[in-house]
Amino acid sequence: MKLKELVEYIGGSVVCCEECLDREVECAFASDLMSDVLTVKSDKLLLITGLANIQAVRTAEMSDLQAIVFVRNKRVSEDMIRLAQENCIVLIEYPGTMFRVSGLLYSLGVKPVY
Amino acid sequence: MHFEFKVQGGDFVRAGNASSQVKKILKQLNVDSSVIKRIVVALYEGEVNIAAHAFNGVIYVDIDTERIIIKLDDNGPGIPDINLAMQPGYSTASPIVREMGFGAGMGLPNIKDNSDDFKITSEVGKGTCLEILVNLKVNQEGV
Ligand SMILES: Nc1ncnc2c1ncn2[C@@H]1O[C@H](COP(=O)(O)OP(=O)(O)OP(=O)(O)O)[C@@H](O)[C@H]1O
Ligand SMILES: [Mg+2]
Repeated sequence: MKLKELVEYIGGSVVCCEECLDREVECAFASDLMSDVLTVKSDKLLLITGLANIQAVRTAEMSDLQAIVFVRNKRVSEDMIRLAQENCIVLIEYPGTMFRVSGLLYSLGVKPVY
Repeated sequence: MHFEFKVQGGDFVRAGNASSQVKKILKQLNVDSSVIKRIVVALYEGEVNIAAHAFNGVIYVDIDTERIIIKLDDNGPGIPDINLAMQPGYSTASPIVREMGFGAGMGLPNIKDNSDDFKITSEVGKGTCLEILVNLKVNQEGV
């Protein structure tokens, strides 16, 4: 489904790369450990994480991720936005927990990677 | 083509810069995106390992029409038991490294998984050297 639908459904706020919101997302992976994320081979993947630092965006860059949802009200920094814009990665801030947003996305039909 | 990048231990702001550069180069060379992903994921894990576990290091990248060979050579504490370090889940990462989002103990096994050929050598008290080879053409993976 389109990233745009998904953002509206969860009630997240898009911090950058709104022009990429028509991208398709098929599955999602939730982790605060980037090396776990880097083992995922699926395409059209969305990352859900509580790790709001530059390495989360780097991980998305290397893994060709579509978007990152930052949970628990973690704030995205200017550095992160700059790097995300270079690579067209949609950054989304979300006030609730990782469990809550995972449940919402699951009910919407976003698939787990295994 | 030959490229070199320096990596500083403890620098989690710049860790990933070399991987980012290599990704741009491979894109320009029109390498298949699934192959690029394997290369840069392996390289990025290696680069972060230098930042996380070593004092400093140099990454040497050689690209020809058939393959990419990446050597990551660091000055650092070295790895006393390589077999143990290669086990998924084994990690000695410090609390600072964990705060940066690393320390799952998945890096080295994932580098091996993404490489067509992988070598690791290490000397305690001196440093660690990784050699990663990936074939650039699809359907040519592994043996
Ligand atoms: N360049 C290195 N110098 C010294 N020790 C290293 C180096 N690379 C890896 N190690 C050792 O091997 C262990 C396993 O490495 P690996 O990359 O698999 O996991 P990690 O770096 O601890 O966590 P992750 O990569 O999942 O974030 C490390 O915890 C560390 O003890
Ligand atoms: Mg590692």
